[in-house]
Amino acid sequence: MSTGYNFAYLDEQSKRMIRRAVLKAVAVPGYQVPFAGREMPLPYGWGTGGIQVTASVIGRNDVLKVIDQGADDTTNAVSIRKFFAKTAGVATTTRTTEASLIQTRHRIPETPLKAGQIIVFQVPIPEPLRWLEPRETVTRRMHALGDYGAMYLKLYEDIARFGRVTTAYDFPTLVNGRYLMSPSPIPRLDNPKLHCSPALQLFGAGREKRIYAIPPHTPVNSLDFEDHPFATERWSQNCARCGAHDSYLDELVIDDRGTRRFVCSDSDYCDGRLAGGAR
Amino acid sequence: MYVAVKGGEAAIEAAHELLAADRRGDPKTPALTVDQIEQQLGRAVDRVMAEGALYDRRLAALAVKQAAGDLVEAIFLLRAYRTTLPRFGASEPIETAKMAIARRISAIFKDVPGGQFLGPTFDYTHRLLDFALEADGTAPRLPDSAEEVGALMPVTEILQRDGLIEAEAPAEDAEVGDITRTPPTYPAERDVRLQALARGDEGFLLALAYSTQRGYGRNHPFAGEIRSGVVEVEFVPPELGFAITIGEIEATECQMVNQFKGSAERPPQFTRGYGLTFGRGERKAMAMALVDRALRAREFEEEVNAPAQDEEFVLSHADNVEASGFVQHLKLPHYVDFQAELDVVRRLRDEIEARKAAE
Repeated sequence: MSTGYNFAYLDEQSKRMIRRAVLKAVAVPGYQVPFAGREMPLPYGWGTGGIQVTASVIGRNDVLKVIDQGADDTTNAVSIRKFFAKTAGVATTTRTTEASLIQTRHRIPETPLKAGQIIVFQVPIPEPLRWLEPRETVTRRMHALGDYGAMYLKLYEDIARFGRVTTAYDFPTLVNGRYLMSPSPIPRLDNPKLHCSPALQLFGAGREKRIYAIPPHTPVNSLDFEDHPFATERWSQNCARCGAHDSYLDELVIDDRGTRRFVCSDSDYCDGRLAGGAR
Repeated sequence: MYVAVKGGEAAIEAAHELLAADRRGDPKTPALTVDQIEQQLGRAVDRVMAEGALYDRRLAALAVKQAAGDLVEAIFLLRAYRTTLPRFGASEPIETAKMAIARRISAIFKDVPGGQFLGPTFDYTHRLLDFALEADGTAPRLPDSAEEVGALMPVTEILQRDGLIEAEAPAEDAEVGDITRTPPTYPAERDVRLQALARGDEGFLLALAYSTQRGYGRNHPFAGEIRSGVVEVEFVPPELGFAITIGEIEATECQMVNQFKGSAERPPQFTRGYGLTFGRGERKAMAMALVDRALRAREFEEEVNAPAQDEEFVLSHADNVEASGFVQHLKLPHYVDFQAELDVVRRLRDEIEARKAAE
């Protein structure tokens, strides 16, 4: 463990400030709480929000898992895991079931989360209305008034133009029937996992200085219309390694002729199924 | 199985070893010392201190060395260090009127009390490469006319005495904002805006300032005064209750004098744009002053229709540590989201194909 810095890098005052923001976020599910984000020794856009939230809630007995694109061995996941191993000296794992704290970018593990677990999402743009309205002053007012007509109109225009909603990831959700929330750039397949999860879900946006949360057992609905229900991604094949048919698949181009192979994006899920004798 | 972006620890460590070797260059060439950078690359050190928001020449020089001369990277290094430092409190406002002057010029009067001092400046040099520098000749001699200049009255004060320029009095008892401790909210007040501009990217501010001169939020500026030199920093320790000098910093200040404003009740007077940087960041100080004035459009009830007048646009994009990180995060793997996009595009194409086939 690296000395010269406080446990988990941030000083205790900063952690307290972030925990207060987290508590407020838990009390008002889906509401973006402004917080005085600190500069981190990792670049903005590379997970500084998630890292600050993790640093503020992590304890010495926690077991940390870090994933990026669903995998534990992607470069940025390795880098962040190493950061906490170095500054907090906590135990790390790649097993979803063994982790008490999971920091993620772009995925929710396939293995259902349990009560007592915390998942921390890295969020690039916390404002779901940002592509419709660039001004923070305006979007905050829209949230205050629950004025989400513009978002429904966007979805409707997609259907009128393309016959379907074309938002592929970061699909807007309504939390507890009140706040419109960006689930971070997770694929649509992961959106239903947000709904009534027994785990605490925290979202950190470092550059934009916002924290929001979904407390356990909170309803989270992906926006849709009765005649155009929300739909997730589908593949015509199963995972080439473990044979899973229900997981999110990465598409690998394995030769110059463009041959494709599909495997689970969640490396722990895939390995777990193989160890359990799948395939 | 080959997956390009899955690196793991060994690959990252090897990349960092490569970086260190690359930074050092050919070992036959003597290594650059931090002293050399601090002494001979002073303007790089100044910029890193200003945008890194930490006055420490030595650490800034170290950051320049570690970043292999990539100044935005060096600024990031200094910021990440700065954020870990304990905060004892805020200093007293620095008295630039008491500055030990190294340079002081005014463009609005032919002569000003105390005189004009060019000081060490690139101005009026002919930008011809000096090949003698490559040979590294003898140390340059100080000119005979070099003299110590004491404190000089600010030029804007001449105008202020006659009420020709808006008075700049500190807001009594108002606490000064701190952008490192309070998340940004809009509308933002001038103290907060100036803080953001002071650590803002020089290139971004330069371009915005330039845009105001070309008609995007024009405000008719004159360089009232530009001064560089050393000022004392005072601090009031709570246990003492009076101000003590804790050090000196080199700073550059720019007071722009801008188009006058007036109303039925108030006679017309000139308005101000203000710029201040660590070191000798003169270009940055001037750009900052122009942008500061442009951002005061709301206060003077001017039409807000240019980028430089739009505080939410300027303040949310001025920080190069934020901008650099977010632009470059596109290097990180995004294949899960791309797969989701592929899914959508393929489905749309399939539907069109099916429709064509049915026709």
